[in-house]
Amino acid sequence: MAPPPTRAAGEGSGARLDPRPDAPAGAPRRPQPALLASKRRRTAGLVVALALLLACVMASLALGALDIAPADVIAAFTAFDDSRQHVIVTELRLPRTLVGLLVGAALGASGALLQGLTRNPLADPGILGINAGAAFAVVVAIYLLGVSSVFAYAWFALAGAAATGVLVYALGASGRDGATPIKLALAGVVLGALLTSLTSALLVFDTKTLDTFRFWIVGSIAGRDLGVAGAVAPFIGVGLAVALVCGRWLNALALGEDVARSLGQRVGLVRLLCGAAVVLLAGGGVAAAGPIFFVGLTVPHVARGLVGNDYRWIVPYSVVLGAILLIASDVLGRLIARPSELQVGVVAAALGAPFFIALVRRRRLAEL
Amino acid sequence: MTARRVSVRTRGLSLRVDLRVLAVLGILGALTLVALTLNVGRGEFSIAPADVLAALVGGGDETTRFVVLDLRLPRALTAILVGIALGMSGAIFQDLARNGLVSPDVIGISWGASLAAISVIVFGEATGALTVPLAALGGALAAGVLLYVLAWRGGVHGYRLVLVGIGLTTVFSAGVSYVLTQAMFFELQRAYVWLVGSLNDAGWEQVWPLSATLAVLLPLALVLGRQLEALQLGDDLARALGVGVERARLALIAIAIVLTGVAVSAAGPIAFVAFFAPHIARRVCQTVSPSGVLPAAAATGAFIVLGSDLAGRLLFGATQLPVGIITSIIAAPYFLYLLQRANRVGATG
Repeated sequence: MAPPPTRAAGEGSGARLDPRPDAPAGAPRRPQPALLASKRRRTAGLVVALALLLACVMASLALGALDIAPADVIAAFTAFDDSRQHVIVTELRLPRTLVGLLVGAALGASGALLQGLTRNPLADPGILGINAGAAFAVVVAIYLLGVSSVFAYAWFALAGAAATGVLVYALGASGRDGATPIKLALAGVVLGALLTSLTSALLVFDTKTLDTFRFWIVGSIAGRDLGVAGAVAPFIGVGLAVALVCGRWLNALALGEDVARSLGQRVGLVRLLCGAAVVLLAGGGVAAAGPIFFVGLTVPHVARGLVGNDYRWIVPYSVVLGAILLIASDVLGRLIARPSELQVGVVAAALGAPFFIALVRRRRLAEL
Repeated sequence: MTARRVSVRTRGLSLRVDLRVLAVLGILGALTLVALTLNVGRGEFSIAPADVLAALVGGGDETTRFVVLDLRLPRALTAILVGIALGMSGAIFQDLARNGLVSPDVIGISWGASLAAISVIVFGEATGALTVPLAALGGALAAGVLLYVLAWRGGVHGYRLVLVGIGLTTVFSAGVSYVLTQAMFFELQRAYVWLVGSLNDAGWEQVWPLSATLAVLLPLALVLGRQLEALQLGDDLARALGVGVERARLALIAIAIVLTGVAVSAAGPIAFVAFFAPHIARRVCQTVSPSGVLPAAAATGAFIVLGSDLAGRLLFGATQLPVGIITSIIAAPYFLYLLQRANRVGATG
């Protein structure tokens, strides 16, 4: 790969691109001391993030086509009467928020794991084609096998995610210089494009399936009921548990495969476990909400900016921040286009893309 | 292995020709001609080759002339021209990025065109025959400018171009998904067929702008192919060889973007032709030199699109499949082949 151009020449044009307003400025910059250096500060930070998440959940329950006062939201749980407000909160917004919570946590964690596993700052279940693989498998399930329960979707999504993940890695890691960030990203995007066009080929004459499919492929948590949350919760729960344990091992892996091995780590086993967790998380997320891009990409970078390069902290932060980002995007989508709404997948892409592009422009993409 | 070349020198003009590339071009030309005849002759209403020829020179009966001259010939010519444009632009992007997985499909150009065209189909009021093609062209050009500007940082490097393009692809495809959710039921199918890529609407009004654009851009691209060859050696070396690196790159990117734009505007984003036509060209010609790969990729692209359209029209009985479906179906096994080969040899295609 060619050497980066001189920094001075490019600095002026950097101003053209505003980084996302809600991301800490300079989060992904390389030689940056972590904002939260001590253990006590990191714990405190996590508590703050959880409080923020609670606020987002509250907003998600209260805001939308019909705004409901916070007191009424609480009353819907403590003193339920059959009023319209209470029904909206418990029947519509609660399931949706729970699904958002699960999916956001899953995407954040899977992004962190993928970035650690591939030592690739651009790793994201969307970019790496894993979402497209899961989506393709679900379409095959809907269209060819007539599957209609979310629980069954989840199994297909897992299989699709796993198969695509392996293929992308094989394609991206081939060649002399191994799995460089750009090769992995390209392999993922190209394979994703292939799966998307095969999906189109399945659907182009079946307008009826297409009609349901289009509301799923955009990435949305609208209209999900508690059954959906219940169906994917086991997958995502197991995935999250493994992810939280994986942090320590990823730290060793970050030093390079050889160093990790000499530290007594069983590299193959760690890869397998982390890979399985990614598949559970991404597959579960796609089954519940459809493919959502960029949440898995941006969140670990913000987490890294906050706590430094320690995956024992990056993973839990990514879980919480992922849930915050997803629920906040969903609420934002409801507020922007009132009384209709913008799907969370669209909002996440619109928020995440500038971040991604700024990341790509900022520095030479070294391995993590 | 070194390719066999001959040099032609006259006063003031020197031309080196790769014999193998010439042979490949000849064979592909012949194959395309065969496919063209079949394409014009076959269909729901079959016409004997002799009658096709008669119709072409102005003879034959009224119906035959109508079917040949107004329906099938413009469609087949559009297929050829679109294939040329896609193959060429794919080869330019792959050589610029020095990566065989790059194509206008994955760096946002086709998706920019798609977003604009689909928005017009779904939200537009007055749809004249040219509204959608013009929107697609505009979308592709706008995406191209955005790509170049965002990837610029004291120069445009291959890897940054690709990664920024991936970011744009994601945003535009999210946009397309959103617009599709807003579509009325009857618009949905039209939008989807457009997205898959189809030659159903192809007519002379597609052929003329395409051929005019290609007449200007193809010679330019072939001339710049020499500089592309130098660029492949790396910027420093290219500069030392006297190539104005950024200017050459800008010119090549601009040509590739416009080629993609006119192709997508005529037939929709036909998947993967730009991706694998250059691969096949490199393999068949056994060369990686852009001055050989560019024309060969263009010829391969023409044959693929024309052949796929023929297959889509004839092979599946009463249902006519859009050309984009056929190219996706071809791309899938090619991908697996690429993967298997990469694993065996340990090198990317």
